[in-house]
Amino acid sequence: MKQEVILTTKNLKKSYDNEQLVLKDMSFSLEKGEVVVVVGPSGCGKSTFLRCLNMLEPIDSGTISFKDQVIERDRKDAYTIRQKIGMVFQSYDLFPHLTILGNILLAPLKVQKREKQELIQEAEQLLKRVGLLDKKDAYPRQLSGGQKQRVAIVRALMMHPEILLLDEITAALDPEMVREVLQVVLELAKEGMTMVIVTHEMEFAKAVSDRVLFMDQGLVVEEGKPEDFFTSPQTERAKQFLNTFHYEAI
Amino acid sequence: MQNLGIQVLFQGNNFLRLCGGLWQSLQIAVISMVLSIVLGMILGIVMTSPKKLVRFLCRIYLEIVRIMPQLVLLFLVYFGAAKHLNINLPGSWAAVIVFTFWGAAEMGDLVRSALQSIPVHQYQSGFGLGMTKLQVYRYVIIPQTVRRLLPSVMNLLTRMIKTTSLVVLIGVIEVVKVGKQIIDSSRYTVPDAALWVYGVIFIMYFAICYPFSRAAAMLDKKIKD
Ligand SMILES: Nc1ncnc2c1ncn2[C@@H]1O[C@H](COP(=O)(O)OP(=O)(O)O)[C@@H](O)[C@H]1O
Ligand SMILES: [Mg+2]
Repeated sequence: MKQEVILTTKNLKKSYDNEQLVLKDMSFSLEKGEVVVVVGPSGCGKSTFLRCLNMLEPIDSGTISFKDQVIERDRKDAYTIRQKIGMVFQSYDLFPHLTILGNILLAPLKVQKREKQELIQEAEQLLKRVGLLDKKDAYPRQLSGGQKQRVAIVRALMMHPEILLLDEITAALDPEMVREVLQVVLELAKEGMTMVIVTHEMEFAKAVSDRVLFMDQGLVVEEGKPEDFFTSPQTERAKQFLNTFHYEAI
Repeated sequence: MQNLGIQVLFQGNNFLRLCGGLWQSLQIAVISMVLSIVLGMILGIVMTSPKKLVRFLCRIYLEIVRIMPQLVLLFLVYFGAAKHLNINLPGSWAAVIVFTFWGAAEMGDLVRSALQSIPVHQYQSGFGLGMTKLQVYRYVIIPQTVRRLLPSVMNLLTRMIKTTSLVVLIGVIEVVKVGKQIIDSSRYTVPDAALWVYGVIFIMYFAICYPFSRAAAMLDKKIKD
């Protein structure tokens, strides 16, 4: 059965300040319900790619389409599309001057102009699911890194996004907190949330993904099903990359 | 009866005169501060401009203000304006101009650094949630900037209040000047009037500046944890 494609990039090229291309030629498509994991050495352009998908970065050339509609970054509809693409970053990016509930409600209230009472109910349900209902009136600084990242996920979910982009959301966490965050992501995947995930947690990548993209120097070097990619990578560069994790594991 | 120095304060309307002088100082400081805050906000945003030349010009302005002693600026505006432009500025106006010129530069630099200290991810998270530029500034960036600014704004205000004591030198009758007049007029009747008068002025400055600097310290601590 062919699934609906919801996000496509064609020949995407991107540089910062007209210097060397960081993304050289990214063509990519994402189906509804699919979980794609992007791996690759640091500096290869993974974060840049995710930010481009969400139109946080201007691109040099190529197109990005959401459900067959080409999106221009500087047009109004970029804002509309962004509401449908949630994003969580590596650094804890909650708004420090707002409580947890304040963080979660801000965008649905101001951007989507939804009804407050209804939003509070939904927020409380989601917080309960990630085990943080008792923190709803706390401030971000009172939370651990793992708790902040779970709140950041809830904040993104409150906008009812059709796609979630996760950029190394556990990279800054102490090891004992990684699990509680990844657990939430695994559950979302199980419920059919469409996601593009950048991660260095290879076990997690294997478990969560439907498809793996291996990037190097601004290009997709290899692409495949996780069971194939992680056990028998085809390209030399992917082999080398996976080997570095092998040594780390020993 | 022995001549008590303290009585100098209650002779005639001396105490009220001192308060009047203090009021003059405060007026200059507060008016200059309000103008500085407004102009400084604009300057601070301009200072984050991507254009190098704009940033360079702002930098020069700031350096000039920092290098020049306030007294020199006061003389420059007060006597300079009278002599070369043939404008007879009242001393208090000259003071407001100089203090605003100084305050706007300092305030601008504070606003600039507060804006720049907001991590880029705060903007990106806001945009990522579908907020417009205006919404991101209104709900995310400005509230954080204001919090970071409050302590340093209070500090600037206390510095300004203290520096108003210089305006006596361009003929403004402020609290120190009034004090001097009182001391002079009672030189023979109350020889140690100076001690009492300056003591009271000290307490007056303290009573005004201390709450501000306490508030600044408290806010600063609150923001840091
Ligand atoms: N805001 C930026 N300005 C200039 N260069 C950047 C910026 N962000 C990333 N880069 C550069 O682009 C390249 C790719 O970075 P990034 O997308 O963060 O890689 P990854 O996430 O795979 O580690 C790196 O060489 C990095 O130095
Ligand atoms: Mg990255």
